[in-house]
Amino acid sequence: MLWACVLLPHLALDGVLRRRADEGPLVLVDGAVNARVIVAANASARDAGLRVGQRLIAAHALLAQFDALPYDACAVDRWQRFLAAVAYRYSSEVSLLPHAIVLEVSRSLALFGPWPQFETMLREDIGALGFHHRIALAPTPHAAYVLAGMRDGLAVHSPDHLHQALQPVPMRKSRLPAASVDALSGMGIRTLGQLLKLPRDGLRRRFGSELLAAIDRLLGDSPSGLDNYRPPDVFDLHVELMHEVENIAALVFPLRRMTGDLGAYLAGRDGGVQRFLLKLEHREGRTTEVQVGLLASERDAGMLFEVARGRLEQMQLPEPVLALRMIARDLPSFVPTGRDLFDERPANALPITQLRERLRARLGDRAVYRLGSTTDPRPEHAQGVAESSAGYDEPHPRPTWLLDRPMLLRGAPPRIIAGPERLETGWWDGAEARRDYYVIETSLGQYAWAFCQPGEQTGWMLQGWFA
Amino acid sequence: MGAVIALSSMLDARQIWRGRAMPVPAGDQPTGWAALDAALPAGGWPDAALSEILLPADGVGELRLLLPTLARLSHAARSVMVVTPPYSPCVAGWQQHGVDMRKVDIVAAKQADVLWATEQCLRSGSCAAVLAWPRQADDRALRRLQVAADTGRALAFVFRDRRHLSSASPAALRLEIETSPSARVWVRKCRGGVEPPQPFPLARSLH
Repeated sequence: MLWACVLLPHLALDGVLRRRADEGPLVLVDGAVNARVIVAANASARDAGLRVGQRLIAAHALLAQFDALPYDACAVDRWQRFLAAVAYRYSSEVSLLPHAIVLEVSRSLALFGPWPQFETMLREDIGALGFHHRIALAPTPHAAYVLAGMRDGLAVHSPDHLHQALQPVPMRKSRLPAASVDALSGMGIRTLGQLLKLPRDGLRRRFGSELLAAIDRLLGDSPSGLDNYRPPDVFDLHVELMHEVENIAALVFPLRRMTGDLGAYLAGRDGGVQRFLLKLEHREGRTTEVQVGLLASERDAGMLFEVARGRLEQMQLPEPVLALRMIARDLPSFVPTGRDLFDERPANALPITQLRERLRARLGDRAVYRLGSTTDPRPEHAQGVAESSAGYDEPHPRPTWLLDRPMLLRGAPPRIIAGPERLETGWWDGAEARRDYYVIETSLGQYAWAFCQPGEQTGWMLQGWFA
Repeated sequence: MGAVIALSSMLDARQIWRGRAMPVPAGDQPTGWAALDAALPAGGWPDAALSEILLPADGVGELRLLLPTLARLSHAARSVMVVTPPYSPCVAGWQQHGVDMRKVDIVAAKQADVLWATEQCLRSGSCAAVLAWPRQADDRALRRLQVAADTGRALAFVFRDRRHLSSASPAALRLEIETSPSARVWVRKCRGGVEPPQPFPLARSLH
């Protein structure tokens, strides 16, 4: 067993920063209303001298203009679960620890390549989502958790080396029960190495079995006792906007993040999405809903973004937007389209499915279609919007343009070129047709497909053009 | 009189201008009409370029002119897009000419979006041919389509009224269809060659 630990030291701040486009100073504050304390500060706030643990009043004295947001513990939890869903792509055994995700990777390495390569992929994925992280590898999840706290990029592959790697870990970074850590430090035990040398009986007598159990879990002598994470079956992302947004253009940045998250979630689940709902939340609980439907199951973040933006740009905002919510319930499996080795298309071609989605996003859901023939001989029912058409060959001449509804032909009497072709059908569904079809040439030189009442050759009704 | 100078050396040194501005690459997009292919400089449609077809009215044989090409392209990998046709394409009729309708996408767009949709299709690179009936297309719009066709390596066909013949166009090929005294096609402009002086008859078989 090998466990990778992804430590997320700035989860709360990253969760807020990733939906902000500007780089202005920002801090997260927590505590009672009259004694607010900074719990996290972004780079530009730290440059201005603001630091964690400072009172908000002191910060205001240092810097005139900065944003202070309340620390949201629920959001932190949500982001951690979201990242666990992303990590689920790499391993079926994912567990949550405070501010960290651990995943079992020994089996994944066969698929994704050796650890350095795997580590790079993991870093790229989480980095691209905008989260700071530290990664370590160890034979047990708790050891990986401890090592990630020590130094970024530590990797211990075998249990034999684990003891050695844990030796220099100072007690306050050992993540053992806090009461024991304090007591042990007071007794002169400064590192894990010193602790592990102590006789177990003595430790049990002084600190109870809790400490020994923690040490056993750390070294892998007893099971880790972690619950496996299961990704949810519904994607539901809620993003509060910083200000009231009155034009669509300002929604594009958060939308890009949200579709990116949806794409990452779907990749982790190895699924796709065919329909999702975008809710624009206004004041007093009013919402505007934007349904986004796709022709096939998709998961590419760029494409989801483009499609969602196309739908969004078509609408008028009735009132300012306070928050966005994206809900995807329908998550069918995703079948990637294969590309032919001898593809004729240019190298940078946009796939046809993506082109169709782009056109539908702007022109409407029914704007792109294919026609197929039915078995009905009546021209008005002979074809319909269909995915594929049967290869039936009509023996009689048929035009290339079909009018939506027959039209009376005016002007000079036409010259008959072919016909008649009697059509007599439809008595069963109330739309009975008895017509004689002819191919005629009009005075303008156009060839037309027209019909008249059986036996008559007047009152021509145009049905199509032989264009 | 001095020494004899070899002509080839002067040609190599580019001291002689050869009078032909641009060599026309032989394209591999036959129109399916032998007489027309023979007269066009590329031996067919100008590849990855805009062709303009000017009509006196709808339904005078404009599809007849294109259907052999569409039939050939619809059996290849890329799709054919038909953007805002004036009427519904008749499936049975197109199939009679050998077009595989499973490869033909029809795009319904408002007039304001026709040029946008056409450009998107051309630029995507996954369409073999794009047919469009724009009503408001000026010189600039057509130039955009020409560039998009070049980017996406697609054949662009734009159908317009005959009255636009007098205005300049960036299209690589301009054809005019005439109905009287008989159905004929005039080549009004072809890039890289001289327009043939005679029209070509457009045979009007029904199948």
